Amino acid sequence: MTTTTTTTRRLSPRQRAQRLRWAQYALLVVAAALAIWLADWPAIYKAFLRPDLILAAVTGGLFSALWMTISYTAGAFVLGLVAGTVVALMRLSPVGPYRWIASAYIEFFRGLPAILVFIAFSLIAIPFPGLQMPWEPYGTVWLALGLVATAYMAETIRAGIQAVPKGQVEAARSLGMPAMVASRKIVLPQAFRIVLPPLTNELILLVKDSSLVFVVGVSLTHFDLTKWGRAMANSEANLTPLVVAGFAYLLITLPLSTLVRRMEHSAEKAH
Amino acid sequence: MTDAVVDIRGLNKSFGSLHVLRGIDLTVSTGDVVCVIGPSGSGKSTLLRCVNLLEQPESGTVLVGGVDLTDRDCDIDAARRHIGMVFQQFNLFPHLTVLQNCTVAQVTVAKRSTSEATRIARENLVRVGLEDKVDEYPAKLSGGQQQRVAIARALSMDPNLMLFDEPTSALDPELVGEVLSVMRQLASEGMTMLVVTHEMAFAREVADRVIFMDAGAIVEEGRPAEVLGSPTEARTREFLHRVLEPTKLSTDEFLGDRAAPAGGPAMELPKIDPHGLTP
Ligand SMILES: Nc1ncnc2c1ncn2[C@@H]1O[C@H](COP(=O)(O)OP(=O)(O)OP(=O)(O)O)[C@@H](O)[C@H]1O
Ligand SMILES: [Mg+2]
Repeated sequence: MTTTTTTTRRLSPRQRAQRLRWAQYALLVVAAALAIWLADWPAIYKAFLRPDLILAAVTGGLFSALWMTISYTAGAFVLGLVAGTVVALMRLSPVGPYRWIASAYIEFFRGLPAILVFIAFSLIAIPFPGLQMPWEPYGTVWLALGLVATAYMAETIRAGIQAVPKGQVEAARSLGMPAMVASRKIVLPQAFRIVLPPLTNELILLVKDSSLVFVVGVSLTHFDLTKWGRAMANSEANLTPLVVAGFAYLLITLPLSTLVRRMEHSAEKAH
Repeated sequence: MTDAVVDIRGLNKSFGSLHVLRGIDLTVSTGDVVCVIGPSGSGKSTLLRCVNLLEQPESGTVLVGGVDLTDRDCDIDAARRHIGMVFQQFNLFPHLTVLQNCTVAQVTVAKRSTSEATRIARENLVRVGLEDKVDEYPAKLSGGQQQRVAIARALSMDPNLMLFDEPTSALDPELVGEVLSVMRQLASEGMTMLVVTHEMAFAREVADRVIFMDAGAIVEEGRPAEVLGSPTEARTREFLHRVLEPTKLSTDEFLGDRAAPAGGPAMELPKIDPHGLTP
């Protein structure tokens, strides 16, 4: 009795923390073992991971859907990048009306659920029957997704521009560069380097938001991952295609988030 | 009058309620080196930044090379191409190599071909002794090297006038010499220079004229030997005493302004000992 009390009393804070951690690990292992033991694996496989359906999904349009998701996202991202840069520059302009327009735009589109914008685009033919978007269905998706992305990216890019030291503009202007040239050659390249990680994060969000195309209604060959997975899951009365679609999303987003972490890491090292 | 590169008349500048420049008159003749000295906050940087209109003056005229920069119809970008500026913090473009730092403005605004700009940039990098660093990025260079690149960058635009704002203040002591030697060489080649500096030895040796500023006004100006050697104004003497003999300052002297509101014996300021300079 006396010996145990003396040993516990003699434990250093580090040793005590270590014991606590071991206890937590043990608990986790027990919980995992219980879950594995109690779970009805055949039922789970049948509901989520039916091999025949995985094969059918992979051969039956997975890659087309993956390609559509990438196309929708890429177009919207490019649009958001270009328009976002313009809106960011307007937001920082000395010209009042530019600033007001940019602020109004940003606040408007950041405040709306993206799905509302998609619904608006799906219904636009009612008030304007003759209206025809170019490159359908890409045109509608790019525009709807891009309008929202522009607002978010404008704010990110604005922060990047403001993070470039004032001395950079002064040096550029004192060499005789007009404001536009100084922005293009000196400020923006540095700003984009700063916002590369947050912009990549926005790209990841955009990949997921591209699933909203189901709202505007596209033809079978233009189904994105979510719409395709859902349609197939419906017709097969099984969740396996959705799981496949989910993994396909991870195929895009995981490398991107690894990239972000790398960039943030190397930026930390550079300082 | 016509050979004045810089001709400033009645220059005033305020930041909000702070009247920073109070009626400055200043001329700099072709080939002259003018050093501006004075206490912190006296408006030296602001004066220099008014010469290329990085700060917009409130009143007064700033003529550079005979062109009135304060004229609303003046093409300020064109005027700035002939006014080189060197900053305390170097302000090199970190995303460009040393060579690109020196060519970017030549190509984009002076409309030179890339090959001509490169040739001129290399010439100027040789002048500052950095021909072997052309492909490095600024972050790889020491402070002294960065400041020399900044000088080469300004020189690459063929300026008629060079402005220096405390070019050695951000440098480690052992790196000050290399920058000053480049500036000395530039002066000997006949470059017109307006230099804000705390390097009194440089001012004494290189300057044609020294200007002492305090509280937004030019208090005293003249040949370096006069202003630095036998200043006539009490404020100049006090400043030089503080700068040249910082180890001989008594606590009364620097506590003076803080102790002043409390009244008492500390009110005997300004406590200037004219012999303090030559003990
Ligand atoms: N952009 C600005 N906005 C507001 N106040 C300013 C600005 N720039 C300078 N000032 C103020 O104007 C005064 C003069 O500043 P200035 O930088 O010209 O002094 P200085 O003589 O160069 O001093 P130092 O030796 O510290 O560089 C200071 O009180 C400073 O705080
Ligand atoms: Mg200053």
